[in-house]
Amino acid sequence: MNVSILRFLGTNCEFDTQYAFEKLNHSTTLVWHQDEKLPEDTDLVVIAGGFSYGDYLRSGAIARFSNIMKDVQRFANDGGKVLGICNGFQILTEAKMLDGALKRNNNLHFISKHQNIKVINNDNEFLSKCDKNEVLNIPIAHADGNYYIEEDGLKELEDNNQILLRYCDSNGDLEVVNGSVTSIAGVCNKEKNVFGLMPHPERALELILGSDDGLKMLQGFVE
Amino acid sequence: MTATINVFLKEGVLDPQGKATHHALGSLGFDSVEDVRIGKQVIIKLKSTDKESALKEVEDMSQTLLANTVIEDYNIEIN
Repeated sequence: MNVSILRFLGTNCEFDTQYAFEKLNHSTTLVWHQDEKLPEDTDLVVIAGGFSYGDYLRSGAIARFSNIMKDVQRFANDGGKVLGICNGFQILTEAKMLDGALKRNNNLHFISKHQNIKVINNDNEFLSKCDKNEVLNIPIAHADGNYYIEEDGLKELEDNNQILLRYCDSNGDLEVVNGSVTSIAGVCNKEKNVFGLMPHPERALELILGSDDGLKMLQGFVE
Repeated sequence: MTATINVFLKEGVLDPQGKATHHALGSLGFDSVEDVRIGKQVIIKLKSTDKESALKEVEDMSQTLLANTVIEDYNIEIN
């Protein structure tokens, strides 16, 4: 599979993301935000984590208008798979490619730690290798991860199995981490080809570093 | 012409910065504070001399970029 990883000014997880997909034997290309087109053979676009444009105005608000995002939207509209991790998730919500918005964490802190997250729905390609209700240990590192969506929108996400992940404790009981509505940590679009999550699976690849649960998540994209 | 755009979290959307500041004001003895909302102000200098078209343009800017209307409201003043 060919994975195109986007780089904006301020992206800082592109090499970790590249390492993760290469570990899974995929070929990767870093794509600069000023490029007009994704590589022809792209199978998956990953918008990597970081602080695009210094999080100015709102996280992801400026990056979403970059040249490459027009082609990412076209790619997604044609059914192409897009994964946004952390700042990538923020960019996808700002671009309205995913519902909701990511606000400042309710305790106003930048939270950086290993976190248990629960698989809510696995009837999608991304989490197809994980079991429903499985608890994964994946690092989080964000200041603006407080997912907000109004009530009707939340119901729609629930009805369409669009909620991918929720924050929980080691027993799988939901946990308030950053103030997210119903502890949501990741969602997808209705068509289930655009995925966004705050946790960083690319930082959970080796047991010696605390967890390799990230590999399991990213393996879902293996065809 | 100058446009001033105030962007705030919508009523009903928890404003953690406002809440923390409210708490701090309370601990300083300012007991009369009922609520604190924190937003941001964008000041834009415009070439335009027509107030009506300027307002329309800034409205478009606010909808497109300056505010995220999923969580934020805004108001515009033009001088």
